[in-house]
Amino acid sequence: MAESHGGAKGPATDAHTEADGGHHSGGFPPFESSTFASQLVSLAIFFVLLYVIVSKLALPKVGGAIEARQSKIEGDLAEAQKLKDQSEAALKAYEGELASARSRAQAIGNESRDKANAQAEAERKALEEQLSAKLAEAEKTIASTRATAMSNVRGIASDAAGTIVQQLTGVVPDAASVNAAVDASLKG
Amino acid sequence: MKIDPIHQFNIEPLFTIGHIGHQTIAFTNSSLYMLVAVAIISILMLASGTQLVPGRLQSVAEISYEFVASTIRSTAGAEGMKFFPLIFSLFMFICVSNLVGIIPYTFTISSHLIVTAGLALLVFFTVLIYGVAKNGVKFFKIFVPHGVPGYVLPLVMFIEVLSFFLRPVSHSIRLFANMLAGHIALKVFAGFVAMLGFSLGAIGWVGGVLPLALTIALYALEILVAFLQAYVFAILTCIYLNDAIHPGH
Repeated sequence: MAESHGGAKGPATDAHTEADGGHHSGGFPPFESSTFASQLVSLAIFFVLLYVIVSKLALPKVGGAIEARQSKIEGDLAEAQKLKDQSEAALKAYEGELASARSRAQAIGNESRDKANAQAEAERKALEEQLSAKLAEAEKTIASTRATAMSNVRGIASDAAGTIVQQLTGVVPDAASVNAAVDASLKG
Repeated sequence: MKIDPIHQFNIEPLFTIGHIGHQTIAFTNSSLYMLVAVAIISILMLASGTQLVPGRLQSVAEISYEFVASTIRSTAGAEGMKFFPLIFSLFMFICVSNLVGIIPYTFTISSHLIVTAGLALLVFFTVLIYGVAKNGVKFFKIFVPHGVPGYVLPLVMFIEVLSFFLRPVSHSIRLFANMLAGHIALKVFAGFVAMLGFSLGAIGWVGGVLPLALTIALYALEILVAFLQAYVFAILTCIYLNDAIHPGH
């Protein structure tokens, strides 16, 4: 059976056997053992060829492309993360700077306010002292003026009392007793 | 009009390569479509560029890569990536040849049992040889499941051994039968359209709408099956390889 048909015939003779709608031996093509050897040999050749192409060329190439993409993506993600960290650090530094500047400004403000307050206080004190000194002086002047006036009042009073007694009684009173009476009435 | 759904599976020798014993080794239409599949995969994978932002072709290549890689990782673990080129080749070879085979007037490589059996045996012997080479005698622990009572163990072991050696059979026949049946069904329903038209005239052409609609629906299904069977073949390969990598489980 193996030699009765199959590869030994040329394509032309095969075409004739096809034309009548039948088959080489009327069998079922997948079970025609005469074709097995040819198929197995070509399967071996082409599958080995495919295996070599796939394992030596195709898979390394495609796998390399996938890997390159993967590493590129990972690298880009790491780069983005790094930049993000950097910007966050910059933001933090800026915020710290801002806070310290603010506190410094506050300190400067406080200091200058305190200084101004102290200065105003000192000026006020100096002025007060000046004023109170003037006041004391004025009071002293008033007191001395008053004392002078009061002593004058005593002289005038004793003179008036002596004159009044003389007018009433016609007797010139003793100066000492008049003075004593005036003093007593002034005290009383 | 005679419907001949088998004709599409014929092997046509294009030219003779040589002889092995009494066997003539020919470059057949099947060989041609294997070449086409290898060429398409090579173009897809190699001509697709390595841009940072992938274009369409590169996206397809990368999606294929990621798809097979994630399938292996989820079924056979990280160690299974050793077999990435093998599984990728199997998946792409079957998927591309199946998809090419759906195009009318083309030939479907995997509709021949000898081809699927060749691929299944490749997987079988890879598992067997790698499993024994890596694990030694421990590899045969896959026949002795954990937690089985002693008195049923011989029976369980017998079933396990039998199922292990039947793996290439089911592995190859699943793909072969799916592709064969799908293509026959498509051909039969599509043939109905022509048969009705040619035998009943105008009424036949109108009546042919129904099988035509079915053909379209089947066609969509076959596109799904073409991909799905390649995926099933690849994922079963992963599961079998997982036995060789982790025989204790």
